Amino acid sequence: MSTVLEAKNVNKYFKKPVLFHVLKDISFKINKGEFVSIMGKSGCGKSTLLYILSTMDTDYEGELLLNNELITGNTRDQLSYIRNKHIGFVFQFHYLLSEFTVLENVMLPAKKLGEKSYQEIENDAMQKLKILNIEHLATKKASRISGGEKQRVAIARALINNPSIIMGDEPTGNLDSHNSENVFNIFKQLSKEQGLSLLIVTHDEDFAKKTDRIITMEDGKIIA
Amino acid sequence: MVNWKVILNIAKTHLLTKIKQTAIAALGVTFGIGAYITLVSFMTGLNTMLDDLILNQTPHIHIYNEIEPSKNQPISLYDEFKNSMNVVHSIKPKLSQKKIHNALPIINYLEENEQVRGALPQIKATIFYIAGSIEIGGNLLGVNILDEAKLFNLNDYIVKGSPEALFNTENGILLGIGIAEKMALDVGDRIQISTITGEVFPLKIVGLYQSGIADIDAMQSFSNLKTVQRILGEAENYVTDINVKLYNIENALPLSKKIEQQFKLKAVDINTANAQFETGTNIRNLITYAVSITLLVVAGFGIYNILNMFIYEKMNDIAILKATGFSGKDVQLIFMSQAMIIGFIGGVLGLLIGLIFTNIISTIPFQTQALPRIKTYPINFNPWFYFIGILFAMVSTFFAGYLPSRKAKKIDPVTIIRGQ
Repeated sequence: MSTVLEAKNVNKYFKKPVLFHVLKDISFKINKGEFVSIMGKSGCGKSTLLYILSTMDTDYEGELLLNNELITGNTRDQLSYIRNKHIGFVFQFHYLLSEFTVLENVMLPAKKLGEKSYQEIENDAMQKLKILNIEHLATKKASRISGGEKQRVAIARALINNPSIIMGDEPTGNLDSHNSENVFNIFKQLSKEQGLSLLIVTHDEDFAKKTDRIITMEDGKIIA
Repeated sequence: MVNWKVILNIAKTHLLTKIKQTAIAALGVTFGIGAYITLVSFMTGLNTMLDDLILNQTPHIHIYNEIEPSKNQPISLYDEFKNSMNVVHSIKPKLSQKKIHNALPIINYLEENEQVRGALPQIKATIFYIAGSIEIGGNLLGVNILDEAKLFNLNDYIVKGSPEALFNTENGILLGIGIAEKMALDVGDRIQISTITGEVFPLKIVGLYQSGIADIDAMQSFSNLKTVQRILGEAENYVTDINVKLYNIENALPLSKKIEQQFKLKAVDINTANAQFETGTNIRNLITYAVSITLLVVAGFGIYNILNMFIYEKMNDIAILKATGFSGKDVQLIFMSQAMIIGFIGGVLGLLIGLIFTNIISTIPFQTQALPRIKTYPINFNPWFYFIGILFAMVSTFFAGYLPSRKAKKIDPVTIIRGQ
């Protein structure tokens, strides 16, 4: 089993308003094709950890490896490229560009990457929408679809560049049980059928129980 | 690595969905540039007209014999008073002739100079216009009328008749319009003039002359060189002034110095004689540019404001773009290109508006006694202004867009995503 993401002795401090040790010596690995969830109470540092893993937060101590390559200390532009190519995001709030159509939203990261032609990107995007059963929404404005649909569009966008790992910050936190179920099934299916690695931060115990592995955090430390 | 297609596409979508704000921001630029084009075309048009009023008729170098006291009085030649302070009262100017010695060879010599467009002989004669028992003082200028028309645009100031008519009439005169009005004369009438020595000559009026400067029009008339020589009873080589027109006005000063040295004559260049015109022109230009820049700065603040607002509204979009792999620079370029698009569209519209306005202004009738050849407001249609205008628009929108876009570049996506 190859390792997709590895954190080594990650420490993080909040300096304002007072010095506060948020993450204490966090080390763990995520293997390829593994579906991992992080659980913990509010304020235990799980979101903070996720943003460090996502490379958006660079203010930490320790080392971060993606596909066995050290990415700690890379420049911001290099990190942007890594996020673009290797990491897919799904957030609690849907965060689509509301003025663009669903299809354009899904295509955007691939256009930024610029490795494929417009036609190929469009085909890829349609295919991702099909996997998620929302191809009929392709030409709709992102602001005109329901919450559950938006979350699925966000997942399609996360998939467009065939990333090494998908990270979610409470992706079902804002959805009703039916849609939560739906999103979970999609994740599970992706993990099984496409061998995708997933790292999902969640509050939802039912959701977490169904994943391959649960990392439980308390007071900035991994306890299980 | 910048993917311009994607960035411009995002910028375009942002602008189109906020079409009202975009239009208002662009209109600010349009107004500024339109006003600049109108103002600068109109102002420089007026400037050129006012300068032409004087400078067209003024030679670049005017050569004549100055009447002045000798610099070296006899006492300074006397060795015994060498070291003392001498005071001489009631110095009289030296008796010298008005005529330029060897004028014709000098003219030929000057004509051969590469910088010289033409050197024209003139005779200035003080005369009286006679109307019954009334004598009105004035000047009669003997000229080569066809050359004058060619080099000094005399044609523009002949309101009735033509230079050819004078050239073809032996005892003809181009009468100043002021005198013609005073004496109730018109083309075809005869006028009597007398020289200072009292001889009276009848001349036929072949045309009327109006310079636009009332004092000159009430004094000055033109006649052929030969006619004036005959009136004064002088030989054919009698010339009192030489007017030189150059290809490049910048050469006037050095050439006039050279002529003074070489021929021991007085040679005055145009810049020395008319320094105040340049000052006036410069100040008017300064005002034009000050007003235009003020307008554009105001437009720039408008763009700054609207872009700032855009960026606050688009915080989420910025965060998501950054999270999905757009770098800070990409985000900055998105907002910069929005500013530049606003600047470009607004600027081009401004140029159009300016062109339309100046065209309208150039058809408005504007007639004044002082400017006989001007029928409508003068406009300077100079392509250079349009180039400066669009440059102004781009530069001011660049600065207006730079600060807000830098803020967008620095936005930390984590704080926005977590803060919701």
